[in-house]
Amino acid sequence: MKAVIGMFMAMSLLLSSSVYALKAGTPLEFKNAEEEALYNDMLHELRCTVCQNQSIAGSNASLADDLRANLYKMVGEGANEQEIKKFMVDRYGDFVLYRPSFNASTYLLWIGPFLLLVLGVIVLRSNVRSRNKVNRKDELTSEESEMLDKYLDSKKEKK
Amino acid sequence: MNRHMIPLVIFAALLLLFWIGLGLNPKIIPSPLIGKEAPKFELPELHDPQKIVNNEMLKGQVTLFNVFASWCVSCRAEHHHLLKLQRQGFHLVGLNYKDEKRDALLYLRQLGGDPYAMVAFDHKGDAGIEWGVYGTPETFVVDKKGIVRYKHTGPLYREVIENELIPLIRELEQES
Repeated sequence: MKAVIGMFMAMSLLLSSSVYALKAGTPLEFKNAEEEALYNDMLHELRCTVCQNQSIAGSNASLADDLRANLYKMVGEGANEQEIKKFMVDRYGDFVLYRPSFNASTYLLWIGPFLLLVLGVIVLRSNVRSRNKVNRKDELTSEESEMLDKYLDSKKEKK
Repeated sequence: MNRHMIPLVIFAALLLLFWIGLGLNPKIIPSPLIGKEAPKFELPELHDPQKIVNNEMLKGQVTLFNVFASWCVSCRAEHHHLLKLQRQGFHLVGLNYKDEKRDALLYLRQLGGDPYAMVAFDHKGDAGIEWGVYGTPETFVVDKKGIVRYKHTGPLYREVIENELIPLIRELEQES
């Protein structure tokens, strides 16, 4: 039992220390909960352009540090989500947003999957139709059905 | 064409698409600055902190605006190209990005000289953010009116210089 408790304690220590590691450095102070929420939201919405598959929340790159500091400053100055996004896009392009806005260079990205879906439906329909036509060809010609009738009749007579 | 060939053709087209996609460099992000006025900045000059370098100084002639740092390994690879461009008479302005002054001066000395007409010393990296710098070295071409016309991310090499950079500068020099 003691061993189990010891293990639990060790684990909780490990877990808590990793939480501290994530929040290393001086904690940020915000005027109100909305600003803090905006800061945290934007951290995950913005891509670190150096280490491209990380948001600036998760990146250790020094550029991400600078962008976080910049974001913190903007939030403190009362910038809203649109203003922050515009600031970043003006400098780094649409790529900096994990969910880029809909415009001339990103429209294919947004509607592409739906276009493919429509294309798939069209192909499927034409396929099913042509298959139906093939099936109709399987119907017997009048000659064949006559032959079949004769054959069935001959069977009946034997009975 | 035989109907049964269609899936094969689609497969081949996808293969080609993926093959091209694999060859593209995801690090190259098109710059939103192109066609816009050069971002505002005002920084001390690296060699002489009494002087300032700002965006207004990029105007009046076609300028190669080059972002470099002493900690940037691939900057070393392009440095001799920059020296050559300077010898050919091009106007280069440097942005020393997130660097220490001592290191930057030593770097320029060690690599055979300073190719820049002036170097803006961006110790904190604020101007870097304005210019959307994410991977040093970066090279911008700014025209006479101070409009950003071109950006190359990563070290310059001969093909880029001869086929893109110099022809563009020559063309922009013709503009009034």
